[in-house]
Amino acid sequence: MSPESTSLFSQLMAIWLATPEIVRITVLVVAVMLTVVIVVALLTLAERKVIGFMQLRIGPNRVNIPFIPIRGLGQPFADVIKLLMKEIILPARASRALFLTAPIISVTAAFATWAVIPFSPEFVLADINAGLLYVLALTSMGVYGIIIAGWATNSKYAFLGAMRAAAQMVSYEIAMGFALVGVLMAAGSLNLGEIVRAQSGGALAWNWFWLLPLVFVYFISGVAETNRAPFDVAEGESEIVAGFHVEYSGASFATLFALPEYANMILISALAPILFFGGWLSPFDGYLAADGALGLLAAPSFFWLAFKISIFLFIYLWLRATFPRYRYDQIMRLGWKVLIPVTLVWLVAEGVMAWFQVGPWAVTGGMQ
Amino acid sequence: MVVEILFYAFAAVLVGAAVGLITSRNPVHSALFLVLAFFTSAAIWLMLDAEFLALLLVVVYVGAVMVLFLFVVMMLDINVEELRRGFTRYAPLGAVVAFIMVVEIINVVWVRKLGLELAQAAPPLPVDYSNTEALGRVLYTDYVYPFEIAAVILLVAIIAAIVLTMRHRPGLKIQNVASQVAVRRQDRVRVVPMESVRRPAQDERAAGEEGETP
Amino acid sequence: MTLADLNLQPTYAEIFVLGAACFILLLDLFLSERWRGLAATLSLATLVGAALITAFVSGVDVRVTAFNGMYVADPMGDLLKLFAYAAVGVSLLYSREYLAQRQLLRGEYYVLVLLALLGIMVIVSANSLLTIFLGIELMSLSLYALVAFNRESGVAAEAAMKYFVLGAIASGTLLYGISIVYGVTGTFSLDELAYVLRQGDVDNIGLLFGLAFIVVGVAFKFGAVPFHMWIPDVYHGAPTTVTLFLGSVPKIASFALAFRVLAYGLGGAQEAWTDMLTVLAVLSIVLGNVVAIAQTNIKRMLAYSTISHVGFILLGILAGTNEGYRAALYYTLVYVVMAVGSFGMILLLSRKGFEAEELDDFKGLNARSPWFAAVMLMFMFSTAGVPPFVGFFAKLYVIMAVIDQGMLWLAVVAVLFSVVGAFYYIRVVKLMYFDEPQDTSPLMAGASMRLVLSLNGLAVLVLGLMPGGLVDAVARALP
Repeated sequence: MSPESTSLFSQLMAIWLATPEIVRITVLVVAVMLTVVIVVALLTLAERKVIGFMQLRIGPNRVNIPFIPIRGLGQPFADVIKLLMKEIILPARASRALFLTAPIISVTAAFATWAVIPFSPEFVLADINAGLLYVLALTSMGVYGIIIAGWATNSKYAFLGAMRAAAQMVSYEIAMGFALVGVLMAAGSLNLGEIVRAQSGGALAWNWFWLLPLVFVYFISGVAETNRAPFDVAEGESEIVAGFHVEYSGASFATLFALPEYANMILISALAPILFFGGWLSPFDGYLAADGALGLLAAPSFFWLAFKISIFLFIYLWLRATFPRYRYDQIMRLGWKVLIPVTLVWLVAEGVMAWFQVGPWAVTGGMQ
Repeated sequence: MVVEILFYAFAAVLVGAAVGLITSRNPVHSALFLVLAFFTSAAIWLMLDAEFLALLLVVVYVGAVMVLFLFVVMMLDINVEELRRGFTRYAPLGAVVAFIMVVEIINVVWVRKLGLELAQAAPPLPVDYSNTEALGRVLYTDYVYPFEIAAVILLVAIIAAIVLTMRHRPGLKIQNVASQVAVRRQDRVRVVPMESVRRPAQDERAAGEEGETP
Repeated sequence: MTLADLNLQPTYAEIFVLGAACFILLLDLFLSERWRGLAATLSLATLVGAALITAFVSGVDVRVTAFNGMYVADPMGDLLKLFAYAAVGVSLLYSREYLAQRQLLRGEYYVLVLLALLGIMVIVSANSLLTIFLGIELMSLSLYALVAFNRESGVAAEAAMKYFVLGAIASGTLLYGISIVYGVTGTFSLDELAYVLRQGDVDNIGLLFGLAFIVVGVAFKFGAVPFHMWIPDVYHGAPTTVTLFLGSVPKIASFALAFRVLAYGLGGAQEAWTDMLTVLAVLSIVLGNVVAIAQTNIKRMLAYSTISHVGFILLGILAGTNEGYRAALYYTLVYVVMAVGSFGMILLLSRKGFEAEELDDFKGLNARSPWFAAVMLMFMFSTAGVPPFVGFFAKLYVIMAVIDQGMLWLAVVAVLFSVVGAFYYIRVVKLMYFDEPQDTSPLMAGASMRLVLSLNGLAVLVLGLMPGGLVDAVARALP
């Protein structure tokens, strides 16, 4: 870096610090939201490309962005423009106010959760004590978007979808909550940053090794919470046409359905590394010398988190391309009779581990 | 300053939601107003540094109880007009109760005006204070006995609910997956050995056919 | 704080009962139809185990607290608990055939009974308003479910609904009273409450207000008039085995509740609650005895009889002296023995597809089984308070305690209405001995039930002829 650019950088920094706090916070919030929105757009493209690849198709390949050699990269933006320009249709006997409130609730809950996600050792919007609980609380708010949408539409398909979604999300939230209890037993804190820090020290020190059953429970519940395949009975396009969003169109469809669903997918995929796979930490931490040639690989950074998030997003798409849809009663059985007992047993197992002070409970860290 | 504005904003929404809850004609709207009321009161608790209780209120009441409540209310399709029919008959009694409560509230406010040491603001909390940790500490030490009994009460509630609702009535269309999977060929298919019998009529026709063929 | 600070040893019995109930609950899921009876056997084993623990491991000679003063163990608590185990055990022995005949023999029944027992134990050993309330909720919730246990019966569902709604209101009232008392004194602990009230300042209007609500809650749990509405319907509607349980063991908890909260915790406000209890006791004795005459259903008749007995127990408590408490404790224990036996007789006469609920079903019992007619006679005479049966002494001690306090008119009312009450008990005896049987089928009950019921009947007589043992035990419990 040249001296001029350093001074430019420090000048910018000085301006940044001189702005009022409320402006700084707003800028950061908008930045995070924009990032999420752009990732959502890219994720829709990735979904079509990945599933296309798995089904020996090409996927979208016509809308290109000049000078970027990825075919179809412009597709999500074209889709957005199309959705925004379409008419929003209000069904004649719908409950007007609620019909329009539902998308707002969905999208607010989906975005508000990002406030407590630690992106890197330094950067988190709100470093609050009870971060994990906050996440749980807001994911449970998300269900209201779906229920209200289903009810306000005044259509039996939508209503069926809403009922299914409500029962499913409430059930899986219990399994997910218990899996998270396992994590907080290991970390001894509800703060997501603290949870990541408690896992420091290479891939084997991360929580996944000691909490393996909970990893599976968490991710399966996460897929069910976001109403994604193979748990997408709320949408069930082959049986109840499109479930709760059957009458939504245009921008209201985009905000009710597309945006929150994909934002929540990214959120679940971001929480998985934070809770079980060391968040921003490097898997080579402790295996590669920090001052060696590959030292950069061993350093914690945002890119590790991004890398892990994309792996979990890929699993999401992979699941959708692979599995047929579960039947509704099978979903309920899996949630109540398999996942919840597994978590309960593993909580006891963790108690035993804590007693013998192994793994995350070794004398230096975790709960005493 | 910001805190005051936020408080009054949340309080206004809370009161508005409470009024909406009792005046709304549609039970689903009432339930949703209740959700809003829970949510704003959680926000107010959050401003009092009671983050654990606030988030728990959202997780438990908003996220689970009210969802199931809505579930039922939406299915029932209650006719509110019919429920309200007796309202005017009991209105005088309700007015008396309301009057007494208003007088009591005024009384409390007035007592506060007298300068008695009532309802003073709590001392500021230390910076590293964690509501979650503080609650956990007393719950698992000083109050562990009531806490455990409360857990047993919840267990009884679960048992009672299951005992009273789960009956194996005849004609219940329930699937037993294990027995479906464990089915064997012998259970479903019956192979009936049959002698091949020559019937007279067939013989005749066969004979006739044979006779015609050459 | 460590585990040792909680001083768990006195609570081993509670922990054991809870553990056993959970174990039975889980085990029952894996039992096939043929092994259904195992839950009953294990429940009885649990009661024996708990009795051994209370008697030999965690029994105490002096007052001990545990769980940071939330739990108290004392000789009275141990005595009440031992009686509760015995009563629950006997009621389970009586119940088994009845339940099996009505397809009700399920593990959950026993689990709910054990958890109700746990609630009773919690109340008996409570040393804090918080644990008192939680114990009541635990007991009541289990009982609501038990009353509704027979889902085929509409009467049972109605009874459970009434019980549940009224019980919830009573719990709310009690809780409201507790919150007011907490607001006035700033403590839940009964020890501190007793101390604060002894310092004076009893005339506080807020405290009296809270006290009134607590008394209402206690009266409801007892079933004292005018908070008795639920008793006849619930006793009538519930399956008879549940009525047997409901009519006997929870009275132990009610006595403990009244003793711990009123006599100990709010002992300083005795003047205030004595008057309230007087009204309740007199009304209960009068109404219970008079209305019982009009009943043709024996379960309803015994329900009203219960109400009148509750009046006597309250008489003992309102005397406010050690003699009074002893008399009330003695009365409670004797009542439990008699109630278990009387309802056991109904179970004895019931059989598959037939409930011996009407008074007419007792007609000519002497011709069918002279021995059990004699047993029923002993129960009825004892309940009526005829010497030399034990019920007589129970009434005698209570009335003596009241007279010692100079409340002669109360004693006169109690005696007068006991005589009125004797009418309907003796009517049962008359039906058994001087009427022709309507139903001539032989008694179907098994050997164990016959044996235990006979012993139960003899106990009423033996305790009456030799009252010394139980009186000593009560005197040791309340020194």
